[in-house]
Amino acid sequence: MAALRSSSARLLSLGSLRSAFRLATAAPVRGFAQLADAAQQSQTSSDKPANLKTFQLYRWNPDTPTEKPRMQSYTIDLNKTGPMVLDALIRIKNELDPTVTFRRSCREGICGSCAMNINGTNTLACLCRIPTEDNADMKIYPLPHTYVVKDLVPDLTHFYKQYKSIKPYLQRDTPSPDGKEYRQSKADRRKLDGLYECILCACCSTSCPSYWWNSEEYLGPAILLQSYRWLADSRDERTAERRDALNNSMSLYRCHTILNCTRTCPKGLNPGLAIAKIKKEMSF
Amino acid sequence: MRLSGLQKEVLGLYRQCLRECRKKPEATRAHFKSFARNEFDKNMKVEKKDFAAIEFFLRKGRRQLDMYASPGVKDVAVQ
Repeated sequence: MAALRSSSARLLSLGSLRSAFRLATAAPVRGFAQLADAAQQSQTSSDKPANLKTFQLYRWNPDTPTEKPRMQSYTIDLNKTGPMVLDALIRIKNELDPTVTFRRSCREGICGSCAMNINGTNTLACLCRIPTEDNADMKIYPLPHTYVVKDLVPDLTHFYKQYKSIKPYLQRDTPSPDGKEYRQSKADRRKLDGLYECILCACCSTSCPSYWWNSEEYLGPAILLQSYRWLADSRDERTAERRDALNNSMSLYRCHTILNCTRTCPKGLNPGLAIAKIKKEMSF
Repeated sequence: MRLSGLQKEVLGLYRQCLRECRKKPEATRAHFKSFARNEFDKNMKVEKKDFAAIEFFLRKGRRQLDMYASPGVKDVAVQ
């Protein structure tokens, strides 16, 4: 009896499902979608007229190296785009031109992939708002004075090589007294604030005129900030060697406190101050 | 004929490539040589005054040389 009841219940439910299906198919689904779209359109057109913005992107393709680099314009409606430049770039790539090339990853300013020159300032595209108050075109270039891999992608090989050259890791010979982590006092830890946050986006280094002219030997603000991060670390035991490595006319002393680095840093760090502290440590 | 700096650099890269070939195992040395030559031949028709393109090819060539010069690379196929 119980089995019968359940099966009949199942039949009933099946029937109701079927009727629901019939209803759904009877109603013109397509029409619904169109209606919704139209409603959205009328809404946007009534209180928000299309807010068009033109983006000029630097284009260069390594497959046709004999062609000169050029600027290509893309116009998009800001009402349908996120607030940041990266949103606009992604939309351009998705909807207008899939050949546009740029690096991006986290879209929240923690990876440093989308560093580029936007309206003349090196910054992360994901942290840079699209200015809405004026209608001027936005000009987007790759980081200045870098070799271009394609479009907005710079070749950072040399930058990473320099980073490797400063040995950015803890160097110690003595084990910790209790065999656990190497501990440090709160005051010592505080010395690393403003240093460890650097994401190596290369915005500062590529904005430094001194680095433009001497990038082969001068380390540049980003790498020097990291140098100082390891010099200031209370747990590191090779401070003297690290200092010796910087003690020549090129590596460190090509910094002329132009402070473009501090002005451009998208994370609000102060590489200029860190370099000044290294210089101070070296001189006393 | 006096060569320009850029021309010297290209020739220098070519010589470097041939020198690196000599460090490869004898059986595959010819492959590397023809591969290097082929890479240069590909871009023979680039305009002599197109400095930007030539500099790009130089950088690309140096990168390739670095890669193929590593001792792990034992053989190469010419496409």
